[in-house]
Amino acid sequence: MNDFLLHYFPNAIQIPDEIWQSTVETLYMTFWTALIAGLFGILIGIILVTTGKNGILKNLCFYAILDKLINICRSIPFIIMLSLLTSLTRFLVGTSIGTTAALVPLIIGVVPFYARQIENALLEVDPGVIEAAEAMGTSPLGIIFRVYLIEGLPSILRVSAVTIINLIGLTAMAGAVGGGGLGNLAITRGYNRFQTDVTVVTVIIILLFVFISQFISNFAIRKTTH
Amino acid sequence: MIELNNVSVAFRQKKETIHAVKNVSLQISRGDIFGIVGYSGAGKSTLIRLINLLQRPSRGEVIIQGKNILTLNKKSLRAERKKMGMIFQHFNLMEQRTVYENIHFALKYSGIKKEQRAEKITSLLELVGLSDKKNAYPNQLSGGQKQRVAIARALANDPEILLCDEATSALDPKTTTQILKLLRELNQKLNLTIVLITHEMQVVKELCNRVAIMEAGEIIEQESIVSIFSQPKKNLTKDFIRTATHIDQALENIWQHPTLAHLTDNELLVELSYVGEQTSEPLLTALYSRYQVTTNILYGNIEILQQTPVGSLIAILSGETLQQEKALLFLKTQNVTVTLLKQHAPKNEGQKLTKGGTNNE
Ligand SMILES: Nc1ncnc2c1ncn2[C@@H]1O[C@H](COP(=O)(O)OP(=O)(O)O)[C@@H](O)[C@H]1O
Ligand SMILES: [Mg+2]
Repeated sequence: MNDFLLHYFPNAIQIPDEIWQSTVETLYMTFWTALIAGLFGILIGIILVTTGKNGILKNLCFYAILDKLINICRSIPFIIMLSLLTSLTRFLVGTSIGTTAALVPLIIGVVPFYARQIENALLEVDPGVIEAAEAMGTSPLGIIFRVYLIEGLPSILRVSAVTIINLIGLTAMAGAVGGGGLGNLAITRGYNRFQTDVTVVTVIIILLFVFISQFISNFAIRKTTH
Repeated sequence: MIELNNVSVAFRQKKETIHAVKNVSLQISRGDIFGIVGYSGAGKSTLIRLINLLQRPSRGEVIIQGKNILTLNKKSLRAERKKMGMIFQHFNLMEQRTVYENIHFALKYSGIKKEQRAEKITSLLELVGLSDKKNAYPNQLSGGQKQRVAIARALANDPEILLCDEATSALDPKTTTQILKLLRELNQKLNLTIVLITHEMQVVKELCNRVAIMEAGEIIEQESIVSIFSQPKKNLTKDFIRTATHIDQALENIWQHPTLAHLTDNELLVELSYVGEQTSEPLLTALYSRYQVTTNILYGNIEILQQTPVGSLIAILSGETLQQEKALLFLKTQNVTVTLLKQHAPKNEGQKLTKGGTNNE
């Protein structure tokens, strides 16, 4: 076993601490971005679906502005977003380097994507059910929390899984510009120093994360779909 | 109970404005089962949604139990809506909630204690005959069962009005009959006022005491069920009724029949319709004894509407021309509506007349 590792992963086996450290950093970025961007994304997604056409708080002017804003944000490539946001990051976090600093562009990169996904997920909720709830005298907040978020749960879980997997990819990119994490490791070791085996290890770990999140979300979707 | 005064609804779209409801006035009394019939796109759904203001009118007044609900603020309007149940063609149950939870949804913020809510749900499920499905999810239920859950949910807050938007249109005939029976029981047990819209006259026939016919946004005819069946005035109304009583189907068959091709000079093909306790037999006997006109019945149908029989006959009357005319006049004095479907056509024997015939009122 050891021989095998020595033979195929000569460099990676020298730096277990660094690999572990990077893994933790990636998890750190993924977790906090998912949490914060998740909340904002759901909030904005709900605003989109309720103010949009056929929404319960229809306000097409407001919707149009929000809609355009999201489209603009989404059309900026993430790597450019990273450099675009350095001054904002420095202002907010005090530095533009490191995992915490990376959270700013990550959140701003993920929110519009996730908000749009949530909007689409909630649009799948049968309009008839919304109408029935309105006919029962349910308030708009009641419809959001007791209808949209409950009836849309399987779809929300599905788009969340897609977003998380996307997010793991983005954390790697943030790593490339000094954000830390597995992306950083792959660049500094694998790319700059030709330690391809380290790159392979990072790929394996990231794939593992992807599989695990896929597995969990599939399980959760199955549990919540009736 | 429910009063619509000159309500109109216009949907403004980019190019055109759709007038879905045009200047409609309706009065529905407590305990009525009021049917609104019309083809798809007539504006029925828009009209029924006016009653709980899911759709606001562009013009007119909506008055529920003496209160103009257009003037209510959002909160009072929601309170008002709790007093009106509504059921739909596609049931609109929440897929992610059990039967129990679906009904509970309507009760959650009604200010009733938890144990009482549970009791209430149990009794509602009993009322609609679904006690054993309490913990099932909607997609484990049949269409009829889903509609029963929807009815239980609609009744959760003890409404006095139940609005039904094509409630049986997605159900098979047998289930439709069961749901209609349930609605009738609810009407009697709870003195529930029911407004029901449908494109099937059959449904109205079985359930309603009053009916309005809707076409292109307008109520073109509005009557008690008995008079609309016995004396429909508008062509659309007649269409609906003929479909419901299967008379069109019968005519279709009769037109195929060879005897028709050979109507002689002295024969008339007529449709007779009459209302009330009188039965057709003494009348037909009278036709013979008074005018020597014999009646050959090809098709007969009697509907019992609100305990009143409404009959239709398709028959060939044969006798002398003069006597036939007298016989027809006599029938008219007896309040029988006579529609001439076909008479002997001297030149062109096999000529086909328009199927509605000419109304000989
Ligand atoms: N929200 C809406 N926006 C625009 N047009 C509508 C809307 N709702 C209904 N309509 C139009 O109004 C007309 C009547 O519709 P509806 O009341 O659903 O008829 P019905 O229930 O009798 O089939 C149709 O032409 C329909 O296209
Ligand atoms: Mg409709």
